[in-house]
Amino acid sequence: MGQTIAEKIIADHAGLPTVVPGQIVNVPVDMAMANELSAALSIKELNSWGVDKVFDPRKICLVPDHFTPNKDLNAAAIATTVRAFAQKHDVRWYFEVGRGGIEHAVLPEEGVILPGQIMVGGDSHTCTAGALNCLATGVGSTDIACAWATGEVWLKVPTSAALEYTGKLRPHVYGKDLILYTLGDLGTPGATYMSIEYFGDVFDNLPLADRFTMANMAIEAGGKCGIFRFDEKTKDFVEATPRFIAERPAYHTFAPDADAAYAVSRKYDVTHIEPQVACPFSPDNVKPVSEIEDIKIDQVVIGCCTNGRLEDLQRAAEILRGRQVEKHVRAIIIPGSQRIARIAHETGLSNIFIDAGCVFSTSTCGPCIGGHMGVLDADEVCVSTTNRNFRGRMGHLTSEVYLANTAVAAASAIMGRIGSPDEL
Amino acid sequence: MILKGRVYRVGDNINTDVIMPGRWCHLTDEAELAKHCMEDHDRDFLQKIKPGDIIVADENFGCGSSREVAPLSIKAAGIGAIVARTYARIFYRNCINIGLPIFESPACAAATGPDDGLSIDVFGGKIINHTRGGEFAFAPFPEFMKTIMDKGGLQGWVMERLGR
Ligand code: SF4
Repeated sequence: MGQTIAEKIIADHAGLPTVVPGQIVNVPVDMAMANELSAALSIKELNSWGVDKVFDPRKICLVPDHFTPNKDLNAAAIATTVRAFAQKHDVRWYFEVGRGGIEHAVLPEEGVILPGQIMVGGDSHTCTAGALNCLATGVGSTDIACAWATGEVWLKVPTSAALEYTGKLRPHVYGKDLILYTLGDLGTPGATYMSIEYFGDVFDNLPLADRFTMANMAIEAGGKCGIFRFDEKTKDFVEATPRFIAERPAYHTFAPDADAAYAVSRKYDVTHIEPQVACPFSPDNVKPVSEIEDIKIDQVVIGCCTNGRLEDLQRAAEILRGRQVEKHVRAIIIPGSQRIARIAHETGLSNIFIDAGCVFSTSTCGPCIGGHMGVLDADEVCVSTTNRNFRGRMGHLTSEVYLANTAVAAASAIMGRIGSPDEL
Repeated sequence: MILKGRVYRVGDNINTDVIMPGRWCHLTDEAELAKHCMEDHDRDFLQKIKPGDIIVADENFGCGSSREVAPLSIKAAGIGAIVARTYARIFYRNCINIGLPIFESPACAAATGPDDGLSIDVFGGKIINHTRGGEFAFAPFPEFMKTIMDKGGLQGWVMERLGR
């Protein structure tokens, strides 16, 4: 029986010729990542276990991004704990505020994670990195503490889902719409515990940004990971990262066998898919934007880890150029990383947003998790390019979040209601 | 081992954002976490439950964020076990790792209502509903998970790996 991408990567790490779904294996991790919130708990656990040495400081990554720049005294205390840990153990991949950004944008971009590797992360959207043909999966803080102590993690070999996208995309339809459409089809528990593997010629004509968006939201269908095939685009991306240029590390790539067994298979003809919107309070409550009635909005968030890459911001800027955000709407732009922010400034992209009346924020999770920099009041409505719209996600319990791509979010900001760029 | 308790019943897709909202995710102290458990699902959760109570849920319990503070708060609030039709995977492994007893039984979930009295025979593999009658099997744990559970969570396993 042939193997899926996830099965091959796990077998490779477990030192086995093959693995089968359901099998539990212990594998060495190539990277164990945490943000300041998950790290705080992992550090507390390591201390209570009496472990004062990590397995390998070069394979640990810490990104304070959720409540940073520190939003209050509690956040400051956590950030201090994490920084002290990074200093004490000489953690190689510590991204202080101002030198990183949001974990899932930063790691692939810096070359911290490479194709064929296994990464565990104390954050559910760790699956984002799977766009680079690696197995990246979210775990809890105890798992991270275990990985930091032993260099290993226990994994149940997942079953896999094969999702194939073919056809020609309509204008203003991007990776975000494909994954929202898929969530509408599969439902939020639709791929629970599966490795979601994405295929199809659609990706030949899209930048890697869209793969990151789709791998990012694999967890929204319950996926253990989301993985793309390796191709020339992946190669170009990986080999342009600062780490690769400096060290030229070797990496392996994995393609599925022709007779690999997939528990779920879907073929999507994208030709008829229009921009999608996920309505409150679930990412699978999806409708085409044209079917959304007149819904007034108070806030728009463009960016974050799902859609904060350069191409995402460019698509929004294209819509906002020479236009104005509706008078009573707050539009907040959040680049995924400092590197992206820098390019946005250099190329004048950030000025397009500022001229349109947006806030060009620093890179932070901030509003996405209802932390800071854009928390919603009671009954407020937000169009966001992030990945979750659960009740209370971005603030007050009665606030509502609609998820969309960056072009739809930008158009909505201008109109003061949810709408498509075609209406402008 | 027999776990006995009264049921706190919830439905499908209870996500970790409502179990432990983002605004409390900076907390690491268990007693503090317990104070906010399930706050955005049910403001009166803590008044309604007693130590040892059992959460019974339908599909996809614990979906969303990987935040381990969610299962930790449930454990710290005194909940003795969770029974659900299905779980989200990160939540499931977090529970195993922190030693919060967790069982998968679609049949039990289907036949259990609020305030029912349950007892769970952890090693015997069955759940009894004392209020409505009925005995339900739950999915057996893989050997590896049993090992972790026997050690009271992942900590014991790590200690062994490190030769302590
Ligand atoms: S931007 Fe939102 S979804 Fe992404 S890592 Fe931050 S909190 Fe999580």
